[in-house]
Amino acid sequence: MFKLIPRENVSPVLSLLGPLFSVGFTMLIGGVLFYFLGVDPFAAIKMIFWDPLMSETFSTYSIPQIFIKGAPLILIALGLSVGFKANVWNIGAEGQYIMGAIFGASFALSLYPLESIFIFPTMVLMGILGGSLWSMIPALLKVKLNVNEILVSLMLVYVAEQILALASLGFLRNPDGAGFPGSRNLSQYSSASNSELIVGTGIHLGVLLSLLMVVFFYVLLFRHSLGFKIKLLGNSPKASGFSGDNPNKLIFLCLTLSGSLAGLAGIMEVAGPAGQINIDFNVGYGFTAIIVAFLGRLNPIGIFFAGIVMALTYVGGELTQFMLNLPAAAIQVFQGMLLFFLLSFDLFVHYKIKLKGNK
Amino acid sequence: MKKVIKFLSASFLFAVMALNANLAISADYKVGFIYIGPPGDHGWNYQHDVGRKAVDEAFGGKVETVFQENVPESADAERVMTQMALAGADMIFATSFGYMDPVINVAKKFPKVKFEHATGYKTADNVSTYSARFYEGRSVVGHIAGKMTKSNTIGYVASFPIPEVVRGINSAYLAAKKANPNVEFKVIWIFTWYDPAKEADAAKTLISQGADVILQHVDSSAIMTVAEEAGVYAFGQASDMSAFGPNAHLTAIINGWAPYYVEKVKQGMAGTWKGGEQTFDGIGAGMVIIGELNDKIPASVKKEAMAIRDGIASGTLHSFTGPINKQDGSPWLKAGETADIGTLLGMNFYVEGIEGDIPK
Repeated sequence: MFKLIPRENVSPVLSLLGPLFSVGFTMLIGGVLFYFLGVDPFAAIKMIFWDPLMSETFSTYSIPQIFIKGAPLILIALGLSVGFKANVWNIGAEGQYIMGAIFGASFALSLYPLESIFIFPTMVLMGILGGSLWSMIPALLKVKLNVNEILVSLMLVYVAEQILALASLGFLRNPDGAGFPGSRNLSQYSSASNSELIVGTGIHLGVLLSLLMVVFFYVLLFRHSLGFKIKLLGNSPKASGFSGDNPNKLIFLCLTLSGSLAGLAGIMEVAGPAGQINIDFNVGYGFTAIIVAFLGRLNPIGIFFAGIVMALTYVGGELTQFMLNLPAAAIQVFQGMLLFFLLSFDLFVHYKIKLKGNK
Repeated sequence: MKKVIKFLSASFLFAVMALNANLAISADYKVGFIYIGPPGDHGWNYQHDVGRKAVDEAFGGKVETVFQENVPESADAERVMTQMALAGADMIFATSFGYMDPVINVAKKFPKVKFEHATGYKTADNVSTYSARFYEGRSVVGHIAGKMTKSNTIGYVASFPIPEVVRGINSAYLAAKKANPNVEFKVIWIFTWYDPAKEADAAKTLISQGADVILQHVDSSAIMTVAEEAGVYAFGQASDMSAFGPNAHLTAIINGWAPYYVEKVKQGMAGTWKGGEQTFDGIGAGMVIIGELNDKIPASVKKEAMAIRDGIASGTLHSFTGPINKQDGSPWLKAGETADIGTLLGMNFYVEGIEGDIPK
C-alpha cells in the first residue's frame, strides 16, 4: 500500500511551523465538530482563544488564571522535554506530581500548627524530593536492569493514585473534617501556604518559578555542555558512548530531573490553588504536559507558549461549556487534536509517502 | 498573495466580530450549576440536571440556567464558579461535596452571589448547604433486598468511606436484617463516584461471591446492566435505572432536587433567600423518592416497603431506632432511642453484624 521514506533534507522552517499548523487545523476541525454539536463554531473558537484574553467581563480574572493553569504544565513539560531529547521516555509525570504533593504536604502537616519561616522552603524541597524519588524507581530499573522506563513510569502513576487515596482517607485526613476525605487546607496554614504574590490575581510562586525555569532550561540545553550531551545521547547513543559520556548517568539524570520538576509542580499546586491533598487532587497535568512538551518542540521557549495555549484551551473551554453548552468531552477532543495534528504534520515533514504497487 | 490577504481580512473581520459580542448572560435571574460528572450518567448528575430543568420550566424566560459538567473538585472548581459569577450568575448550585472550600473562597469574593452547596458542612452569609436523607430510602430498599435474596448474601458497591456512604450501608443493613435475620452484607469500596468499568467489576465480584441482590452507592448504571445479565437484582441509584435492567431493577432511590431548586431560586428572586442554612430533607419533603416497584416483588413485600416509606415520611418510623450496637458490640442506641443528627452526619462506624472494616 503506502510506504514511508525518510526525507534526506528536513526543512527547518516547516518543522517550526508544525505547532502553528496544528493549532490552525485543530481550530478548523474542532469548528466542524462544534458545528455538528449544534454550537456556532466561530463563537466557540472565539470564546476559547479570544475571550479569556480580551473580553472585558473575563480577562482581568482569566489572564492570571491562564498563567496559573499553565504553570504546572510548563514546569512538568520542561522536565519531560530534556528526557525526550535524550530518548528517555518518562510517561509517569502524573505520578511524580502526586508524590511531590504528598511528600511536601506530609512534611508541612506533620508540623501543624507550628509556625516558622523554615517550613515553606523545606516543604518545597520535600516536594521536589518526592517527585524525584518516584522517578528514581524507573530510572534505577532502567539503568540497572534495562527495564522499559515507559511502562514502569506509567504504571507507577496508578500506584501513586492509590497512595493519594490512602493519604486522603488515612494518614493525612483532616482530623477536624468530620470524617470526610481530604487533608487540612494548606492555604489556611500560613507557614505552608503558597499564597498569591500579587494580591487579587492568584499568581503564586509556582508561576514565577515556571518562568524562571524556562530561562534555566534554555541555558541548560543551549548554552551548557550537559545539554549537548543529552542531545547527543538522543541522536546517537553510540557517539555519546565514544565521547566518554556515561549514558546510564545521563538517563538517570534525565528521569530524576523530570521527576523533580513534576514534584515541584505538585507541591506548588497543593499548597496553592488546590489547597489540600484529596482523592481527586491530580487532574492530568502530568499527561497533558506531554502534549505541551511536543507542541513546544521540546524547546523551553516553545514549551512556554505551548503551555499558555493549552491553558487557554482549558480556561476558554470552560467558558464555552457554560456559555454555549458545549460538552466537556468536546473540549478534550479539541485538546487531543492539537497533539494529533502536530504528530501527523511531523510525519509529512520527515517522510515522503510513496504508493507501493501490489505484487 | 491574494490568499494571504483574504485570510488576513477574514481574521480581521473575525476579530472585530469578537470584540463586539456581548458576553453576559441575559435573563433577569441567572443560575449556574456545576456537576462533578456528565449529566448523562443517569445517576447523581442526571438528577441535578433534572432539577435545573425544573427551574427552567418553573420560571419560563425569567430565569436562565447554565451548567458545567465534569468539574474536578480542585482549583478548577474555583475558577469555573468565578467565571460563572463574572458572567453574571445570581445563584450557583455546587452539586458535589468536594466543592466545599472552593465555594467558600468564591463566595468571599462575590458577596452578592448566592451559593448553594450540596452535601457539605461549611456555610457563610451567602452560602447555604443542602443534603438529602438518602439513608431513609436505604431502609426501604434494604427491606426489599432482605426479602428478595435467596442466597442471603447482599452485595454493596460503595464509593468513599465518608459518613454519607457508611450511613447508607448501616441503614440498608438494619432494614435487611430485620426483614431476614440470615442476611449477610458484602461491601466493596471502589473509591470513585463514577467509573462504569470499576463499578461493573465490583458487581461481578460480588455476584461471584454469591450475592443475588446488589445495592450501590456509586453513580453509573453499569451495575444494573451487570445484574440484568447475571439474573440478579439491583436498585437504581439517584434516578430510575429500569431501562438498563427491566428484570433486575427492583426499585430506585431517586434524588428529588427539583422542588428544592425551584424554591431556592424563587427565594433568591424575591430577596428572601438566606445564607448559613443547612437543609437535610428526606422522604417526607420529597427530596428522597422511592421509584416504582418491580412486579417481581411479591405484593406482601411491596406493602411492607410502602409502609416503611410512609412511616418514615410521616415521622412515625426512623431508620436508626434502638436497640442498636456498634460493630464492636458497644451499645449505641438504647431501645426506642433514635439517632441524633450529629452522629448521623459524622457516622464513621458500622453497626453490629456487618463484617469487614471501613477503610481508613
